[in-house]
Amino acid sequence: MSSPDEIFDPELKLYESRKSVFPKAVNGKFRRLKWVIMAITLAIYYVTPWIRWDRGPYAPDQAVLVDLANRRFYMFGIEIWPHEFYYVAGMLVMAGIGLFLVTSAVGRAWCGYSCPQTVWTDLFQHVERAIDGDRNAQFKLQDAPWGPKKIGKRLAKWSVWLFIAFWTGGAWIMYFADAPTLVVDFWTGQAPFVAYATVGVLTLTTFIFGGFMREQVCIYMCPWPRIQTAMMDEKSLTVTYKDWRGEPRGSVKKAEAQPGSFGDCIDCNQCVAVCPTGIDIREGPQIGCITCALCIDACDSVMEKVNRPRGLIDYATLEDAELEKAGKAHNPVLKTLFRPRTILYFSIWGAIGLAMLFAVGNRTRIDISANHDRNPVYVQLADGHVRNSYTINLRNMENRPRDMIIGMTELKGAVMWSNAGSREGAGQTLVTKVPADSVARLRLYVAAPGDGPVREDFALTVTAADDPEANDIDEVFFERPETGE
Amino acid sequence: MSEKKRVDQPTGTETVGHEWDGIEELDTPMPRWWLWTLYATIIWAIGYVILYPAIPMLNSASEGLLGWTSRGEYAQAVSARETELEPIRQALVSTDIRKLHGSPELMQQAVEGGRSAFKVHCVQCHGSGAAGSKGYPNLNDDDWLWGGDLEAIEYTLIHGIRNPDHDQTRFSQMPAFGRDGILQPGEIQDLVSHVRVLAGREKQSAAATRGAVLFEANCAICHGPDGTGDRTQGAPNLTDAISLYGLDRASLTDTITNSRYGVMPRWGQRLDSATIRMLAAYVHSLGGGEKLPALEKTAATPVESDGDEQS
Repeated sequence: MSSPDEIFDPELKLYESRKSVFPKAVNGKFRRLKWVIMAITLAIYYVTPWIRWDRGPYAPDQAVLVDLANRRFYMFGIEIWPHEFYYVAGMLVMAGIGLFLVTSAVGRAWCGYSCPQTVWTDLFQHVERAIDGDRNAQFKLQDAPWGPKKIGKRLAKWSVWLFIAFWTGGAWIMYFADAPTLVVDFWTGQAPFVAYATVGVLTLTTFIFGGFMREQVCIYMCPWPRIQTAMMDEKSLTVTYKDWRGEPRGSVKKAEAQPGSFGDCIDCNQCVAVCPTGIDIREGPQIGCITCALCIDACDSVMEKVNRPRGLIDYATLEDAELEKAGKAHNPVLKTLFRPRTILYFSIWGAIGLAMLFAVGNRTRIDISANHDRNPVYVQLADGHVRNSYTINLRNMENRPRDMIIGMTELKGAVMWSNAGSREGAGQTLVTKVPADSVARLRLYVAAPGDGPVREDFALTVTAADDPEANDIDEVFFERPETGE
Repeated sequence: MSEKKRVDQPTGTETVGHEWDGIEELDTPMPRWWLWTLYATIIWAIGYVILYPAIPMLNSASEGLLGWTSRGEYAQAVSARETELEPIRQALVSTDIRKLHGSPELMQQAVEGGRSAFKVHCVQCHGSGAAGSKGYPNLNDDDWLWGGDLEAIEYTLIHGIRNPDHDQTRFSQMPAFGRDGILQPGEIQDLVSHVRVLAGREKQSAAATRGAVLFEANCAICHGPDGTGDRTQGAPNLTDAISLYGLDRASLTDTITNSRYGVMPRWGQRLDSATIRMLAAYVHSLGGGEKLPALEKTAATPVESDGDEQS
């Protein structure tokens, strides 16, 4: 296919260098919201590992701790064991559905306000402005030849960035060990290699992603903008330029000279200047738009100055936009927020949350799992009894050592003993101490008379000596040789 | 299909030059950082090929500047592990085996080491679960021909059973009553009946009564007048429920006619004393081990306690 107006540009390149984006400082309600969210999210991230939580002498007293070495996950009053990992899976599913819920209701609010890439980029940009000056000064400095002043400013900026990046990487490892101890270990060279490696990698990625790649991460690396289109519909809020009101563009002067022939947009380019991803919202919805609404703040302040109504760029749903274009009133906000789609997402989200709360509230902290040994399945004893052996794991998920009583359901004439005892001391039950917060494994021998069914079902039970309510049961079987020769 | 490339007017971007049902694809330039990442991976790959074995040659791969091989790494890991285990082996050898159970931790380490050694040296005869088979004792049960405490098991391991070229070996020999003409076939059948009565497999009969007389004359010297055996000479207890070669008439007839002569290698010749001690501890731990009075308590001591999720 070729058309008569085809053009060839010999300058077209295969690879494109990044176009610098130096967003201008802006004030307004969305900027203030961004400040608040940034403060909250950063505070949560940096402070959480330092919150203490008394769990008694046998467990760490850090409120949120991912204890990889001992395979425990502590989150305030909740302690998760590896076999309970479905709680973590449930939380991840909730996070995913929560993202669907937020996106379908208020568009890419996650991207614009609370995504770590956004938060740290924002932080880095504030540092940049404090050192290099605002947008124009930054452009000028970028084009300026390298001299003492530029080198000094660049060094200052990169040092602060590096410091923040290092602080960020350092905070991350605090989640994986006792924070105060780890800080001391870190600075005295005692910390494990993986701690230094993690801090190194996170420092580097924060420095590069927040300082240099910024919107490139959103546009090229992040999968979420690609998925979010499926989450949004004509009723999702998004940042919209009201072209029916703004076009055609013309300066205030032109509009005064020819009243009626220009729209509200005075083509001042402020919406572009403040955009952290460097896009022009007036070109319509696009992948680069993270709906941070700084363009709304910028446009509103301009509209105010030229005495035109605010909201030329505004949060609006596609449906509202159509209604407004036709001169009709918007849908009520409640109707926009509560519609089948958001209610469905919320129901699923809430159901998972409730189910998990219920499960956490009702889980037992004592557990027995018994495996019938298969090799050999049974052992003939000299006195005609038959012995079966079982490998049992006793879980004590409480933060204190507990005596546990192992028992069994009806198995005629049977006695049990463990690898630490002997048949002389055997009985119907067995008491064993399980250390705090751990699993004890032992071999259990059960001997029963040799005359009986070839296979007999019974169960092994465990009960906490201090609390009969805390118990668990595991079905097993007892096997005997076939009788006769 | 393939057409000349052209520039898309609205975006000012070149197209890739293909068209599908009227849809064209823009040839948007890749970002520069992507290009540098690509170069970096290429440099990494070249470095990797130079440093590590990578290029297939006729007989083996190129060696690589670092001299790394997977076999070398394996050998290193094995020797590192052996160095790590050396103190345990030393402690094992220097501890009196009769007092081994005084240190539950050392005992446990011995059992675990023995478990591995057993898989290498013993499973061929005794089976992977140590359950044995006809002629090869089941090591899980509580019936021992030569004794089942740690010391006796270790002695058996070191010196073996009926080793022809070794004077400390466990030795006993039952006469081949039938083959050597000591007893007549009919007498042997009477004896079989008596032994089966002893083992509780048959009711008293006239043949068994005749066999009892024969037993007292020929067998009681080793197996005891009541047939309960004698450990000092490895004579099995004939009254219990366990039998190495079977208590059916055919097996018993064969045993009495031709005698049995089971041989176990003397491992003292082939394994170091630490390994043998580990094997003794493991065999003892299988459930039939005898005489560990110090650990006889009602409360069991957990053999392992960590966050292990094996269940």
